[in-house]
Amino acid sequence: MGLTDGLDERLVRKVPGAPVVLAAAEWAINAGRANALWTLTFGLRCCAMEMMAAGAARYDWARFGFEVPAASPRRADLMIVAGTVTTKMVPLVRRLYAQMAEPKYVIAMGSCAISGGPFAYDTYSVVKGADKIVPVDIYVPGCPPRPEALLDGMLKLQKKIKQSKFTAEAA
Amino acid sequence: MPVQAPFELEKLSNKEYILNMGPQHPSTHGVLRVVLKLEGELVKDVFPDVGYIHSGVEKLCENRTYPAIVPYLDRLDYLGAVNLEWAYVLAVEKLCGIQVPERAEYIRVILAELNRVMSHLLWYSAFGMDVGALTPIFYAFREREEIIALVEAATGGRLTHNALRIGGFRNDLPKDFLPGLSRFLSSFEKKVDEYEALLIDNVILTARTRGVGVLDPELAVNYGVTGPSLRGSGPAWDLRRTAPYSVYGKFDFRVPVSEGRDTWSRLKVRMDEMRESAKILRQAAAALPAGEVSAKVPRVLKPAPGEAYARVESPRGEFGAWVVSDGTERPYRVKFRSPSFSNLSVLREIAVGCNIADIIAIMGSLDLVIPEIDR
Repeated sequence: MGLTDGLDERLVRKVPGAPVVLAAAEWAINAGRANALWTLTFGLRCCAMEMMAAGAARYDWARFGFEVPAASPRRADLMIVAGTVTTKMVPLVRRLYAQMAEPKYVIAMGSCAISGGPFAYDTYSVVKGADKIVPVDIYVPGCPPRPEALLDGMLKLQKKIKQSKFTAEAA
Repeated sequence: MPVQAPFELEKLSNKEYILNMGPQHPSTHGVLRVVLKLEGELVKDVFPDVGYIHSGVEKLCENRTYPAIVPYLDRLDYLGAVNLEWAYVLAVEKLCGIQVPERAEYIRVILAELNRVMSHLLWYSAFGMDVGALTPIFYAFREREEIIALVEAATGGRLTHNALRIGGFRNDLPKDFLPGLSRFLSSFEKKVDEYEALLIDNVILTARTRGVGVLDPELAVNYGVTGPSLRGSGPAWDLRRTAPYSVYGKFDFRVPVSEGRDTWSRLKVRMDEMRESAKILRQAAAALPAGEVSAKVPRVLKPAPGEAYARVESPRGEFGAWVVSDGTERPYRVKFRSPSFSNLSVLREIAVGCNIADIIAIMGSLDLVIPEIDR
C-alpha cells in the first residue's frame, strides 16, 4: 500500500503533531477506500447468480458503494471468489489477483470457495478453498449464500477496512 | 497443467493474431475460454476450451447413494435446477419401477416451469448486459425475485432447490403457494411484452442480431443442438411435446419456433417460451389434484441390476441422465447428457466469418451454462 502502510510508529511519535495528522488522514483515506469498492466480475458457479442478484434491483449493493462492477482486474479493488475453484483455474485466479492494484481485498463466497463445499472430500479436480491460493479477508458461508449474506459480508469488509492502521508497531 | 495451444503460432499469416476470450470474461457467463483467430475484426477461427470448472460430478455420483445425488444436479445447472433433478429422478424411478402420485407430477410441472421462466429471465438480463444494455437486468430481476420467493417457500432453496425426491416430494406445497402463483401470473404476460419492447424489438439490438450467426436446421440437428437454440432454426423439437414425460401430454401449449435461423430468432423463441410456460403454469395450478405427494419408497434404495435413461426438456434443451445399477445402494455409473455442450460445439460452424463483437451476441443467444458443460 505504499506510503500508507507500515510507517514506523517510533518515527511518527518523534515528530510533533504527526499522530494527530496521521489519524485524520487515516480516517479520510479509509472512508474513501471502504465506500468505493469496485468489484471484479468473476463468477464461477451458482454463487455468481446470487452475486448478480445482490447487484440487481431488489438488493442493490450500489447503496453501499459497490457501484461499479469492474470487468478488468486492473481497476478492481475487491475480488469475490464466487464458486468452485478447480485445479485448472488456479493459475488464472492467481494471475487475476496479481493484476489487481493495491489495496486489494478478497471475499470467499459460498462453501466451495471456503472449503470445496460439496466437492470437498472425494473429487480429484477441486481446490479445497480459495484461501489455498489467495489471501482471503471475509468468508461468506452458504451454498449459495443469500444476497443478504453477501451484503453482510461486504459490510463486514468495509468495517475491516475502516479499522486498518497506517502505522506499524516496530518489531 | 499446460494447456495446448489450439492454433500454431507459426502458421499464422502476419495479418492474423490470436485473442483469448476468457476464462474470466463477463460474457462467457462463468469460466469458458474461447480462443479466437482474428484478422482485424474478422473471426477466422474459434476454439472453445472447456474444463475450467470441471468438478468430476459423474465420478462423485459413484460414491453417493441414490438420493444423495440429487443436490449435485442443482449445481450443474443452477438456473433450471428442478429440470435436471427431474431427469435423474425419472431415470431412477424407471430403474426401480416406482409410480409417482399424480399430485407430485403436477407439482413437478409447476416447479419445472417456474424454473424455466427464472432461467429465461436470467438469460434475458445477461444477454442484455452482453450486448451493452444495462437496463434489462433490473427489469428481469424484479420478476425473478418474485418467482424465487415462491419457489423458496415451496422448496427451501433460492437456486439450488434440492426439491425432488425419488418417488415424489418430501413435503406438500405450502398453503399460500397457489394464491401467490396466481398473483404472479396475473401480470406476468404483460411484463413479458414489456421486456420484448425494451430489448428484443429495440432497433439497435435488431440491427446487431438479425442475420448474425445463421444456424441451418440440418447443421443444428447434426451437432445435436436442442432447446430454444434449435427451435430458433425451425424444427419444432420440444420433448414436452415430441416425447411427453410426466403429465405434459395433458396441457395445451404451443411450441414456439422461428424460421429466421439467426441470433434474433433464438431470442424471440425464448421470449415466446416464457408466455407458453405461464400458460402451462395456469393449467397445472387449476388442475392440481389432491392426494399424496410421495410414493412408497424404501429407505435404502437398491435397484435391481440394469440401466435406465431418461430425458427432459431443460431451459437449454435436452438433458438426459443415464443410470446404471449393479444392485447396490450406489450407482455403478451415472452419465449426463448436457444440452449446453452440444450447443457450444456448433459455435465454430456459425461464428467463423463474423465480426468479433458478434461472437458475444451469438454465444449469448446459445444460452450456455458452463458447469453443465464441464460437469
